[in-house]
Amino acid sequence: MTHGLTVENLSFRYGAKTVLDDVSFTVQNGRFCALLGPNGAGKSTLIALLTRLLVSSQGTISVAGHDLRREPRKALGKLGIVFQQSTLDLSLSVRQNLAYFAALQGIPKTEVPGRIDVALDRLDMRKRADEKARVLNGGHRRRTELARALLHDPQVLLLDEPTVGLDAAARQGITEHVHDLITTGLCVLWATHLTDEVRDEDDLLVLDQGRILHRGLAGHSRGDHTLQDWFLSLTGTSA
Amino acid sequence: MTAFLRVTQAIIGREFLRFVHQRERFIAALVRPVVWLLIFAAGFRAALGLSIIPPYQTNITYETYIVPGLCAMVLLFNGMQSSLSLVYDREMGSMRLLLTSPFPRWWLLICRLIGATLISILQVYTFLAIAAAAGIVLPAWGYVAVLPSLFLSGLMLGAIGLLLSSLIKQLENFAGVMNFVIFPMFFLSSALYPLWHMTESSPLLGYICGLNPFTHAVELIRFSLYLQVNWGALLWVVGSTVVFCALAIWGYDPARGLMKRKT
Repeated sequence: MTHGLTVENLSFRYGAKTVLDDVSFTVQNGRFCALLGPNGAGKSTLIALLTRLLVSSQGTISVAGHDLRREPRKALGKLGIVFQQSTLDLSLSVRQNLAYFAALQGIPKTEVPGRIDVALDRLDMRKRADEKARVLNGGHRRRTELARALLHDPQVLLLDEPTVGLDAAARQGITEHVHDLITTGLCVLWATHLTDEVRDEDDLLVLDQGRILHRGLAGHSRGDHTLQDWFLSLTGTSA
Repeated sequence: MTAFLRVTQAIIGREFLRFVHQRERFIAALVRPVVWLLIFAAGFRAALGLSIIPPYQTNITYETYIVPGLCAMVLLFNGMQSSLSLVYDREMGSMRLLLTSPFPRWWLLICRLIGATLISILQVYTFLAIAAAAGIVLPAWGYVAVLPSLFLSGLMLGAIGLLLSSLIKQLENFAGVMNFVIFPMFFLSSALYPLWHMTESSPLLGYICGLNPFTHAVELIRFSLYLQVNWGALLWVVGSTVVFCALAIWGYDPARGLMKRKT
């Protein structure tokens, strides 16, 4: 079975400060992996490395079998990304935002309208396709970003705290939708510090102070405790 | 290849859409050179004597002299404005979308540079039309001949802006750029006075003006408007464009560049 996402011995420093220290993990196709860590654990740095916004000389990252350093174009082409901060152009419509992204991914022009309709239908956003991103609420903006991240049929989906700033209903909607996506064989890495977004059947990685503290199945890991209590006792910090 | 053209078209198209949505910026960018042309030049005309220097073959008014410098001024301010929007994009996150595209990063940055330059050129032509309406008419073919010079100069100034945007850590630091980059570049050039005037007053300042790439952009534009090529200026501008583009691309390289603290 091919691995969706493989990280081996990845380290990263900002000057003298070690932000990631010998991080290794694998997320297989069709799996939802929650990357759980308190604020400042190194999650965003890890996402920046996985998306090639940063590059480390130590360690390797492989996306859908493509080494990010040696084959960056192929690897990035297999990657769907939802950043913590919104990356929508608020002055453009939902459709224009998706069309711009489609061009950045090199999707042939003839395929773009059809793909946009499918992606928006999947997230129940088609009726808002011609609205400016500026008028959408936080939940709909996130759905648009998720639809956009799936436009080029990626094999690996990275989400960096995608529910930040959303109300409870929108948060639940996005979390459920992404969980449903793994049935299509997609490999999902979901960075969060919120334990209620993680299901028992999810793979779990706990990152703290730049190191992987724990990896396993969420349900097995927590045992009889709630995931929140287990996580707090493991990291010794507030979530 | 088609995919490369598509991404080029999309990035340039987005620059145009952004431009259409920010008409106030367009007007503001035009007001600046028009004020210089109609007010500053009127007041300054008496103070500055102009001899006949190439490419001019007769005596010219001061307004006519500063038109090429003001065209370059539009390109300079737009180049810096574009870098400001890059810093803004980076802070707001939309730069990430561009930088995580599977296309080569240098290509994406060059496309954005070309898009911003084309918009600057639109503004220069609007300014030239206003100047013509005010009675400062240049040789008819000069309006066509100047296009490559405007494009090249716009690319060079945009590349300087791109490089600055990779160096600036936060949006707030941008005011410093205005003071330490834009104004010295503009005033230490031949935009407002011929170089010999400056050299007469201070040989050192004249020498610095001669090293300023902006001076050469101004002269390249000036000669083109009069259907001549200033080869020295052309060489300077091409060389500076290549160097600043290379440095800017290096600045945005995730492995070696200066983005490390800003993602």
